[in-house]
Amino acid sequence: MDPRLITAIIVVVGVPAVLIGYIILTEQILRPIPDRRRVTLRPWLWLLPALLFLAVFLIYPTIGTIIHSFQNTAGTKFIGLDNYVYFFTSPSTLGALKNNVLWVILLTLLTVGFGMMIAVLVDRVRYETVAKAIIFLPLAISMVAASVIWRFMFLYNAPGETQTGTLNAIVGLFGLGPFPWLQIQDFSFNTILLIVVMAWMWTGFCMVIISAALKGISAELLEAARVDGANEWQVFRRIIFPLLLPTLAVVATTIVITALKAFDIVYVMTGGNFDTQVMAQSMIQEMFTNGNFGRASAVAVVLLITIVPVMALNIRRFQAQEAIR
Amino acid sequence: MTAPIGVVAPVAQQQVVAKRERNSRLGRLPIHLTIIILLLVWMIPTIGLFINSLRPTADVNNSGWWTAILHPEQLSFDNYAHVLAESSIGPAFINSLFITIPATVIPVLVAAFAAYAFAWMTFPGRNVLFVIVVGLLVVPLQTTLIPILQLYGPKGFNIAGTFLTVWLAHTAYGLPFAIFLLRNFMGGLPREVFESAAIDGASPVTSFLRLALPMSVPAIAALVIFQFLFVWNDLLVALVYLGSSPQNLPLTVTISNLVTSLGGGWEFLGAAAFISMALPLAVFFGLQRYFVRGITGGSVKG
Repeated sequence: MDPRLITAIIVVVGVPAVLIGYIILTEQILRPIPDRRRVTLRPWLWLLPALLFLAVFLIYPTIGTIIHSFQNTAGTKFIGLDNYVYFFTSPSTLGALKNNVLWVILLTLLTVGFGMMIAVLVDRVRYETVAKAIIFLPLAISMVAASVIWRFMFLYNAPGETQTGTLNAIVGLFGLGPFPWLQIQDFSFNTILLIVVMAWMWTGFCMVIISAALKGISAELLEAARVDGANEWQVFRRIIFPLLLPTLAVVATTIVITALKAFDIVYVMTGGNFDTQVMAQSMIQEMFTNGNFGRASAVAVVLLITIVPVMALNIRRFQAQEAIR
Repeated sequence: MTAPIGVVAPVAQQQVVAKRERNSRLGRLPIHLTIIILLLVWMIPTIGLFINSLRPTADVNNSGWWTAILHPEQLSFDNYAHVLAESSIGPAFINSLFITIPATVIPVLVAAFAAYAFAWMTFPGRNVLFVIVVGLLVVPLQTTLIPILQLYGPKGFNIAGTFLTVWLAHTAYGLPFAIFLLRNFMGGLPREVFESAAIDGASPVTSFLRLALPMSVPAIAALVIFQFLFVWNDLLVALVYLGSSPQNLPLTVTISNLVTSLGGGWEFLGAAAFISMALPLAVFFGLQRYFVRGITGGSVKG
């Protein structure tokens, strides 16, 4: 039999059957056990698959990576903080760190800013649904596809030739350029261009959440302010914006984590060249191009440490949410 | 999660009425202009690539995509036919399906088991354990790559390069969010239903399969879409775990190889990219309501 056909059968039938089978089996296992023990044991059998997955694929590797980061390339000897010293002295990883900071700040500002602006604007027109779908659409496609899309935006032909890239054609209308986009290293310009691509994808995400919060603001409240003579800007600045703040915080947290983990766009569009490297991509490069697992692990640990404060915030938010349930 | 939606609808209607009353036609012109400009900016990149994907290679290299708007007769689906017939895009599409279906089904079911236990069974340490699971939400998956890669290698399970590696990994990466979302939804189901089922002698398995799962369909649908898009669009996980076996590579890796190699096939990149977008876009437009609801349900309390 064709091996691909066997895979297909496993994929469609086998996997769900095994999982449902497991949960039915738990009750068979529990049957001979006395009532009280059964009640205490049962939840753990239901949690077992999830906890196994989390322990093996998230907790164990995180501990493993931390240990690796203190070891040499082959993982045979502990070398203290050498990998971290390398991280904080090598110009390429320091550049990655600097670029990640730029990613966090600029991506958050762009996506939350545009997301809020669009959410507030489309709330006032009748074609709101269509407009939101158009802004949201890039989020459904892969970053690889997005980078192909933007390749044609940034395309550069030598001066004098016909410019087939959209951006160079536009600046050409004003008698400027052509510019070799993504190869301009001054002022982190390339990184900014990559962030623009990412903002194009993630603005829709911010918009959808902010828009949902916006619908939750009572129309009477806004109407009352207008009756009292507040203009549209005052209504936004004094009522809508303060009420949106908790939601904006949630959205910003998500975007900060996304920015710290940024990888695909950089990997596909520039490969980290032209001063665009970021931490996740430096790590993959250390791992596969240089084969240095120790240094790669150190990069991953630094990434984890930067995310911990955000994680703490997230957990506190969750606990606050549970309290009001 | 269901409550805010019921609340939102009448408020939205009121706002529509208020909208008509408050705004004069002329005063709204700047709003329409701003929105339309923003929408154009958002659409142009995609439209540009789509038009280029319909043009012959020579045209793509010699003139911008906008020139084709005046000559629609030059457009054809030849590039798509070529890509599907000759390159590795066809098999990669099947691989993407093989990867995505189990990597969506497994985490949703495993998370449903755990969420049901967290929501409707009492055991010591329940809340602490749940907070730990949610905390894992922000472990960057990059942190896990190296140890897992070694675990998959010849010294571990020796399954490197097989589909199983990505199914297991994607399941674990998707679980914290899946458990979070489903636990919140299942916790909101009416208690009486489960109590009367238990009195009638239904086992937890029956309650779960006959009551909890069917009643949680909105949350499960949102989750399926999320996980589907996440896995289908993933590059990093596939690159790391499947990189050693070229015959198993999904669309994202195959297309990214086309981009970075710059060798053959560059002219068909647009068509390849749109083939990779077809399924996510169909899923997105088909289930848009659930998708938006899924995002907002977890983070915005109405």
